[in-house]
Amino acid sequence: MWTLLQIELYKIFRRPRTYIAFAAITSLIAIVQLGLKVDGKEYADFVMADFKNSFSIDGNTLNGYFVCYILLQLLLVHVPLLIALIAADMISGEANGGTLRFLLTKPVSRFNFIMAKFLAATIYTIALLIWLAILALFVSMFIFGTGDMLLLKNSYVVQLQQDDIFWRYSGAFGFAALAMTTVAALGFFLSQFAENSIGPIVATMSVIIFFTILSTMSIPLFNLVKPYLFTTHMVSWKEFFDIRVDENNATIKGSIEHPERIVRSVAILAVHILLFVGASLFIFKKKDVLS
Amino acid sequence: MSDIIKVRNLSKKFNQFTAVNDLSFTVANGDVYGFLGQNGAGKSTTMRMLLTLIQPTEGNIEMFGLPLHNNRNEILRQVGAVIEKPDVYKYLSAYENLKLFAKLSGIKISHQKLQQQLEVVGLADRANDKVKNFSQGMKQRLGIAIALVHNPALIVLDEPTNGLDPQGIADIRNLILHLSNNEGKTILVSSHLLSEIEQIATKVLIIDKGKKIIEDSAQSLFDPAQTIVEITTFDDVFARQQLLQSQWESAFQENRQNQIVLKIDRQKISVLHRDLVAMNIQLISLQPRHSLEDYFLQVTTGSQNVHQYIQ
Repeated sequence: MWTLLQIELYKIFRRPRTYIAFAAITSLIAIVQLGLKVDGKEYADFVMADFKNSFSIDGNTLNGYFVCYILLQLLLVHVPLLIALIAADMISGEANGGTLRFLLTKPVSRFNFIMAKFLAATIYTIALLIWLAILALFVSMFIFGTGDMLLLKNSYVVQLQQDDIFWRYSGAFGFAALAMTTVAALGFFLSQFAENSIGPIVATMSVIIFFTILSTMSIPLFNLVKPYLFTTHMVSWKEFFDIRVDENNATIKGSIEHPERIVRSVAILAVHILLFVGASLFIFKKKDVLS
Repeated sequence: MSDIIKVRNLSKKFNQFTAVNDLSFTVANGDVYGFLGQNGAGKSTTMRMLLTLIQPTEGNIEMFGLPLHNNRNEILRQVGAVIEKPDVYKYLSAYENLKLFAKLSGIKISHQKLQQQLEVVGLADRANDKVKNFSQGMKQRLGIAIALVHNPALIVLDEPTNGLDPQGIADIRNLILHLSNNEGKTILVSSHLLSEIEQIATKVLIIDKGKKIIEDSAQSLFDPAQTIVEITTFDDVFARQQLLQSQWESAFQENRQNQIVLKIDRQKISVLHRDLVAMNIQLISLQPRHSLEDYFLQVTTGSQNVHQYIQ
């Protein structure tokens, strides 16, 4: 299994296509950071305008933590496409290239083959998120500095103290890795039904868009299925930034307002991953390789 | 161990279409076994079943004395194969591809050995070139190098000369002969070209529409003194019964629809005719085919396709 995984990772990171995602994330983040560096003060003033009438806001509000939060909100919607580019190509790409039949004539069990491929797609996903974290968090901290983090909610502002933020980002990125692994598992599952990559990539994105629409529409019929859709839970990384308050309305350092929501979302995403990978294994073990 | 492959009553259906129909054959150690049939006859499907790429609908496959179904990995460790086009990773070099597939075969192989393998197939000087720049012939040779890299006892080659120029075809033919004669490999090779198989095979199986037409040693099949005889009769069941109890039993090849096919010494056609009459077999016709090629063309193609096979 270890040898297979090494081989799969070697193939992924030798392909030029792999680096499209890294380049896309780098350029998107660089553009947003540049924009915020040049005109960020005006942007922050505009966003905080309503609250400035009620509160006096001092210090560096446009700091690296805040910029990272903006970047995550912008990017985590688009990262699934970059994940699908690789995950949905894992089997269909081999079928299309004709290498699938060559690989499966080797003394490698289909179970190990599928697991190694899925693990490689997961490692790629995690690598992409680590890269996102380095650029969005650490580079932003370097460019914009650090400070307390102000987050705007619908009718209130959350203030997180500087020394109470980093662990929340660790949790948020960890959660995002799980959410993106779910996308990878979906792409991987769809990958075995086609002999070219385009179909599974488009199908993966279509499923995500369709489920996201269902997740966001408040229609009673959809409300029944919403709690079970993985897209509903993919945004739960934001829960790490909701802090509990005590009876005096003072924030409790190191707390999360609804930790049970995170646990529930983690469980539902994990179940989806298991279902997608389990179904992939079941189908692929019986599949006739005709490519 | 004398038998490397033993296939019994193998069938494969895709929905209503029967690609392979009750096929049985045996490949002995050291054979260059030619698998002959027109495109779509079921050669690739059979080879894919031997390599576990396709699951049989019915039948048994034994390789190296072990049932394939329960001993897949152990068996495939001793097999090298190229099925249809030898597609490899175009963004990697020939050397990198070879190393990758060697690892997959479960062996550790030195740089020197990999280079030697590329030398065998004439690619040593292109070892570090990306495969995307290779010609079809070079890809074919790289495919064979990959099939051979773990030193397998059995080599399965599906139409290895497809798309090659005459020089490429000759190179592959010489390589197969070298592997058989000098390295003692057992080789199962398919083709739709009789002339190709004729030059390399020690044993030949002809299939059509997934069914076995004839299986014999190449020496016997390509012997100009021998001929294929088709007997058409009103009652082929009775005729078959009579023939199998007579001196013609060993000449019997197959029985399809109203026809019985025998392979006999050309000189004995009149003796056969006399015996058929003596056995009260009601003949419609007794038709000798001039050559194996004639027979092959007759059973596998319509006359409109004849020229495709004569090369």
